[in-house]
Amino acid sequence: MSDLRDLYQEVILDHNKRPRNFGKLEEATRKAEGYNPLCGDQVTVYLKLKEGVIEDIRFEGSGCAISKASASLMTSALKGKTTEEAARLFTEFHDLVTGESEADPDELGKLAVFSGVREFPARVKCASLAWHTLHAALENQDEPVTTE
Amino acid sequence: MITSAEKDHRNLSSAPFDVEKVREDFPALHQTVHGKPLVYLDNAATTQKPQAVLDALTNYYTHDNANIHRGVHELSQRATRRYEEARVKVKRFLNAADAHEIIFTRNATEGINLVAQTYGRKNFREGDEIIVSAMEHHANIVPWQMVCEEKGARLRVIPMNDNGELLLDEYEKLLGPRTKFVSVVHMSNALGTINPVQEIIAKARAWNVPVLIDGAQSAYHTPIDVQALDCDFFVFSGHKVYGPTGIGVLYGKAALLEAMPPYQGGGDMIRYVTFEKTLYNDLPYKFEAGTPHIAGGIGLGAAVDYLQSLGMEGLAAHEQDVLEYGTEALTQIPGLKLIGTAREKASVLSFVLEDIHPHDIGTVLDREGIAVRTGHHCAQPVMQRFGIPATARASLACYNTKAEIDALVRALHRVREVLG
Repeated sequence: MSDLRDLYQEVILDHNKRPRNFGKLEEATRKAEGYNPLCGDQVTVYLKLKEGVIEDIRFEGSGCAISKASASLMTSALKGKTTEEAARLFTEFHDLVTGESEADPDELGKLAVFSGVREFPARVKCASLAWHTLHAALENQDEPVTTE
Repeated sequence: MITSAEKDHRNLSSAPFDVEKVREDFPALHQTVHGKPLVYLDNAATTQKPQAVLDALTNYYTHDNANIHRGVHELSQRATRRYEEARVKVKRFLNAADAHEIIFTRNATEGINLVAQTYGRKNFREGDEIIVSAMEHHANIVPWQMVCEEKGARLRVIPMNDNGELLLDEYEKLLGPRTKFVSVVHMSNALGTINPVQEIIAKARAWNVPVLIDGAQSAYHTPIDVQALDCDFFVFSGHKVYGPTGIGVLYGKAALLEAMPPYQGGGDMIRYVTFEKTLYNDLPYKFEAGTPHIAGGIGLGAAVDYLQSLGMEGLAAHEQDVLEYGTEALTQIPGLKLIGTAREKASVLSFVLEDIHPHDIGTVLDREGIAVRTGHHCAQPVMQRFGIPATARASLACYNTKAEIDALVRALHRVREVLG
């Protein structure tokens, strides 16, 4: 059970049940869609960018607890950040969930609750879907991104 | 359930079905996963392999390994004999009229593609209609869409009700002079429904329309008799009948197969080649270009031998018993909804649990040593029909027990504890 609790931490369960920044962002300047063909998770990330700063960010979609909580915590973490800071956080987050290299816990803040994901390789894509979609929105890609 | 079920010529076993004894035949079942005894309930995806199949593979590679056909040396002749014996075993398994109606493919998917690309491309014209059902696996949708797109033909779909049963009245309305082919799944991988294929075939026969039955799921749960069904084509995969991956079967009526152009060109499918012209080989080799999966064919032969030694009727009765037990047990879990509640079904317990995503269910069950599948099961139109993104699916095989259902139920309570 202990490693399941590491994966499904209270913060994650809370954000799954009550996702923050959920819903369409009418005044979005950027938007991207993400899709995980393995489990059918889908997410749309809306960004309102002004002079390189993420003034507002919201998401909508459906998915498992990990993907929904990840999108919710991501949007909470990125509001007010610059696009460079967002890109850096993406790298840190990717390192955290894949375990490919040591992530910086100070920089990650609350996002560190996803540290348990690395013990569940099948779930890494769930955790990173929103981030890949964010990346596409920042790059202004029109094509939906997939985790494959 | 299956009208030909009483055919005793393929039911070689006289011993009663003993699940504990059967379990001993499957080495992979005897392991722990995350410290818990493995409970393998992902059989609709693939089944575990009995020792007899593993031995057949090892024996072939250890003693008989050689390329088949045309070899004059001893090993080649032995390998050829074993491979062709396997074809005869499959012929008996399906009760086909002749072994040359058995084409070895990679899997059920390739069998459907073969028919779509040869029969379909030769015979479909603009405005023609191909009928499939609402509960098809993607493997019985996409190959037809591809040929429809090329030929300007149209895919029509037999709808189903909320239990996951096809509406045969609607099917009858779809049949008509434009109908050129019917391709229907025997047993749904996502819902477990067993379709009344005999009736479906008979109705198509009235319009002189050929019918393909996708038997990927049915072949290991129910006895199959292609002559009694009177289907024109029947496909299944080796790995779902306790055989190896990479080997499958297309059965076709000889007259249809003979009239079809070849699928792939290459060695073995020819009789005579010059740069100007090639004469194609006879059945079944016309459709088996290149060195085939020799070991796979031999392993599949061992698998159908094994199935018949268990006795398909006893096996089906055991699985049905566990399925009913599982249906009853899962229904008791608060918030759990079974998807697929057809009167005629086998093996599959597909479900959703309140607002807990199936992917999360799968992860928690895995930590309890329980293997289920979660997702859309390559049947996205089925998920759309039921308005859900995915299900969790437990699917039974001959070696599953009621005790394993109990373990599943306990673990589902765990799911609610962890994610509740």
